[in-house]
Amino acid sequence: MAYGEKIIDHYEKPRNVGNFGTTAEVRKRSDVGVGLVGAPECGDVMQLQIKVNQSTGVIEDARFKCFGCGSAIASSSLATEWLKGRTLDEGLAIKNTEIVEELSLPPVKIHCSVLAEDAIRAAIADYKQKNGIASAPEKAGAH
Amino acid sequence: MTLKFPIYLDHAATTPCDPRVVEAMLPYFTEKFGNPGSRNHQFGWQAEEAVDTARHQVASLIGADEKEIIFTSGSTESNNIAIKGAAYMYERAPAGAGKPRGHIITAIHEHKAVLDPCKRLQKEGFDVTFLEPGADGLITADMIRSALRDDTILVTIMWANNEIGTINEIRQIGALCHEHEIIFHTDATQWVGKMPTDVNRDNVDLLSMSGHKLYGPKGVGALYVRRRKPRVRLQSLVDGGGQERGFRSGTLNVTGIVGLGKAAEIALAEMESEGRRLLALRTKLENTVAGALDVVQVNGHREKRLPHITNISFGFVEGESLMMAVKEIACSSGSACTSASLEPSYVLKALGVGDELAHSSLRLSLGRWTTPEQTDYAAEAIIKSVRKLRELSPLYDMHKEGIDLSKVEWAHH
Repeated sequence: MAYGEKIIDHYEKPRNVGNFGTTAEVRKRSDVGVGLVGAPECGDVMQLQIKVNQSTGVIEDARFKCFGCGSAIASSSLATEWLKGRTLDEGLAIKNTEIVEELSLPPVKIHCSVLAEDAIRAAIADYKQKNGIASAPEKAGAH
Repeated sequence: MTLKFPIYLDHAATTPCDPRVVEAMLPYFTEKFGNPGSRNHQFGWQAEEAVDTARHQVASLIGADEKEIIFTSGSTESNNIAIKGAAYMYERAPAGAGKPRGHIITAIHEHKAVLDPCKRLQKEGFDVTFLEPGADGLITADMIRSALRDDTILVTIMWANNEIGTINEIRQIGALCHEHEIIFHTDATQWVGKMPTDVNRDNVDLLSMSGHKLYGPKGVGALYVRRRKPRVRLQSLVDGGGQERGFRSGTLNVTGIVGLGKAAEIALAEMESEGRRLLALRTKLENTVAGALDVVQVNGHREKRLPHITNISFGFVEGESLMMAVKEIACSSGSACTSASLEPSYVLKALGVGDELAHSSLRLSLGRWTTPEQTDYAAEAIIKSVRKLRELSPLYDMHKEGIDLSKVEWAHH
């Protein structure tokens, strides 16, 4: 598949790879929200973690890991860049179509951007749940 | 020697023409351009002689008689002529009679060029059994025996699989078919020219082969049709001038046929030493990769495999990103026909390879000009790429933390 420059750039130099601890550790951390979306047999799994300043509600740091194609890696890498410095509500405003546009994702790879949006929503929902913040009535990650 | 990139390790998809083949073909484009069907002048005679020579070269490669070789456009056409032609000829009841037309046995991990003709016949009223291989990918004579029926008219099983290189029990399957007077066809596209072939010893009635898999040109192939014990008859699919004993009408592709013949001659002469050389290269490649990485699986039976093909699955990395990472290596994830789609390989699924492993496999196939430097480079590039992608992989983290991935509740789409 012939990819555009931005996808290749994120794929070759992924931003903010990593996590804020093991699965067990981050589960206990109330300042970290974790989103794990996708499934191995579908060929895509994204893990997105956000570290939130609990007094200001601003996402101070974000990390990702991704099992998936070049577009999935680029989409999750881009999501971490966009999340840093945003409030939770600003994070929720990120739409998959913006990711498609920014990376010039080919039509067969639109689902990668959808998965990245799902990961953002899941991570924010996890943080909110841990901190007893009511979520908007919208259901996260449902398609 | 300096390496040139990308390194071509996709010889199961196609091979470059051997320069000796090209040289043999060239005069037949220009000064010797005649139609072998022209019986009245020098030009036709020259072309006919060239085709006869090629027929002899191809027949020698597979232990056949020259009269048993039908030239075609390649294996897909050969498979169609053989499978549909035999089914229509040996059917138990004609179409539209409302009775079962006959039973055909094949396997689910055959090439599409066998599966799709079988599926068409199924729609037209034939019964087709699609055998499932075990984890080693092999189809055995015992599997065929247990699927046999009184109305079985045709068995079609490939000699060696194009994605994993596994070698089926052709000689035994052929013997079984002859015992039961059933026509036996084999798609030998990956096998012929690489491994010793004798259609009589191996009990084959119909055999498909392609020029471009054995360093000949694309667009030419052959079908072997047995003439004695039994004399195989086929209903022709293309009607016209009656060339190739009426099995395949159309003016012969003389240049292609000359190339196929020369390629067959070279393959036969160099088969043994080349096979040994490729096996040594592949063994080292597999051992290097498997020695450096955990959760690596070589797919298919380890011994009963063509010497030049390896199919390796890497846990916790995804196939397309792996292909991007090893971009200096021209290879295939799944077969070339299916790697444009996002589905995991149906061949690997047939072996029971889990989806996450089937998604992340590479087929590397070595060839006549593959050097040890190239395979060493490929092994290192693969190791480096898998490590890089596992750094990125949440699944590899979970694996190391001892989490059973099959027990995780994934958010399915």
